[in-house]
Amino acid sequence: MARKPLGPIRRTFLPWDDPGEQPFIEFRNITKRFGSFVAVNDLSLKIYEREFHALLGGSGCGKTTLMRLLAGFEQPTSGQIFLEGNDLAGVPPYKRPINMMFQSYALFPHMNVEKNIAFGLEMDGLSGKEIRSRTHEMLSLVKLEGFRKRKPHQLSGGQRQRVALARSLAKRPKVLLLDEPLAALDKKLREETQLELINLQEQLRLTFLIVTHDQEEAMTVADRISVMDKGSILQNATPGEIYEQPNSRFVAEFIGDINVLDGQITRKHREDVQLFSSVLGGHLSVRYPTSADVGDHAALAIRPEKMRISFEKPEDQSTNAIQGEVWDIAYMGDVSIYHIKVAETETLRAIVANTTRLVERPISWDDQVWLSWDSDAGIILTR
Amino acid sequence: MPAKPSWFNLTSLVLGFSFLYLPIVILIVFSFNESRLVTVWAGFSTKWYTALLHNQQLLEAAWVTIKVGAISATLATILGTLAALVLARQGRFLGRTLFSGMIYAPLVMPEVILGLSLLLLFVAIDQNRGVWTIIIAHTTFSMCYVAVVVQSRLSGFDRSLEEAAMDLGCPPVRTFFRITLPQIFPGVAAGWMLAFTLSLDDLVIASFNSGPGSTTLPMKIYSQVRLGVTPEINAICTLLVLLVTLGVIIASILTKRQKLKRIEEERLAAAHL
Repeated sequence: MARKPLGPIRRTFLPWDDPGEQPFIEFRNITKRFGSFVAVNDLSLKIYEREFHALLGGSGCGKTTLMRLLAGFEQPTSGQIFLEGNDLAGVPPYKRPINMMFQSYALFPHMNVEKNIAFGLEMDGLSGKEIRSRTHEMLSLVKLEGFRKRKPHQLSGGQRQRVALARSLAKRPKVLLLDEPLAALDKKLREETQLELINLQEQLRLTFLIVTHDQEEAMTVADRISVMDKGSILQNATPGEIYEQPNSRFVAEFIGDINVLDGQITRKHREDVQLFSSVLGGHLSVRYPTSADVGDHAALAIRPEKMRISFEKPEDQSTNAIQGEVWDIAYMGDVSIYHIKVAETETLRAIVANTTRLVERPISWDDQVWLSWDSDAGIILTR
Repeated sequence: MPAKPSWFNLTSLVLGFSFLYLPIVILIVFSFNESRLVTVWAGFSTKWYTALLHNQQLLEAAWVTIKVGAISATLATILGTLAALVLARQGRFLGRTLFSGMIYAPLVMPEVILGLSLLLLFVAIDQNRGVWTIIIAHTTFSMCYVAVVVQSRLSGFDRSLEEAAMDLGCPPVRTFFRITLPQIFPGVAAGWMLAFTLSLDDLVIASFNSGPGSTTLPMKIYSQVRLGVTPEINAICTLLVLLVTLGVIIASILTKRQKLKRIEEERLAAAHL
């Protein structure tokens, strides 16, 4: 699998670490039930001004419901939502300074591009002159000046997506909601558009909330990600933290690929932890802050790209090394994923970058190899 | 390549269409008959059409029919569209199945029963019968047809369009007129046409609920036929057939043109990508 950098790391932008900072949007103990189905379960979340926040999760995890609650299309069963400190309860969608870009784009089929973009401005009762200048500004922002008079069905998917974006930005909302905005685009266009979204957000200095099931998309665009499952947020952190310090097995496995080895903690000195794996029949060492103590069951998790494969056992004693057999190799072009069988019931994955042009594999099927990783490469998962 | 029709197919075609259209062809042909006797051909003439223009009673009946048709179709379209909206949108509510069943019931209800029950109602509330009672009666039975047509159009409607409009600051009622109505308009228009034709067509319900001075064309024709068919009747029926045919042709041309235009636009768009 291709790895990408961990999103736009703006070191100076960390409002969530500042206790004096007021949240821009706040969900406070929100619960939403549809009949007996609990879509959102007692959820609290603070989003700060100019943050690009991603709600990430599989289908049915409640991420879309949460967004629709903020837009006003659904009413919470209990709990409150605040925007700039004001309770949004009872404020209908057409009076909220929030605009949404729909997954289906929801362009009005009977209006041309210009009319679509102008619709919201018209509702605000702006003058004809102002509507024209703002519409023009939006059209040039999304580079669709030549398509003013086209109807939605005369546009390609990418163009429709940009019209939808322009329409939702035309009113200069305080918050822009993006519901799986790029799901309908092909991979290349999607990656381009992700970068455009980041630029747009920084240029307009708006607060963006994106709903997505695509972890790479969330990693690329967001300042912070909330990983959701069954109506709750499991972890809310920066892409780097989510990837390198997932707080649970679900998050670790949802974001990227990870090897998980179950075991029991046998020794602990500050952050140096030793764990006994019954599957491997040996001890593994890891340096990671954890609340788990000696005797507790825990899991050691290591990302495949942090593993090394070699014929010789590494010299360094602080390194974990286990022997195994090359079971399978998946050639991805940029990298190869080696599946190493380390025990009868355990296969671990290691990613090796293909730094030279591949003519002959130095390590091939059925080879006996050593799989090694540094003690600070792994993490301890307790749930 | 079209295959040469077999004798069997050709015979079936001729028989089938004769069965359907021979009576109408005879009606039209004899409207141009010189003779007063309907069944004896005595040469070509358009005199019955001229006579029609001077037949005050028939013209009056035609006017009543059109008036009743237009007003009842409009009322039925409004009520039927509202009913369709509720049934398509409201989701599950107590008695929803009962309501949707009840809206279809008049489609299969015998007209005699519908006419009679309306008559009893008007008598009970001491309402003098006239044009308005026919309009109300026609609205009653044609609104369910409108509801069915509009509901089928609504089932394919993308709700997120309405949500998008509201999200952009459009209140619900305005959203209906700016977004929903233009989208379901073909269904609503078809519903209106259907209601209008049904009203134009109806004899039984109108007979039950008409009063003095509110004779519709079908009623007039029916009562005249009982006294003997005149070529004048043939002439007015021919005009009615012409009107309906024109309507069907215009409607099909419009839909065809719209389809062609759309295909052409899509082709153009594809060329630009």
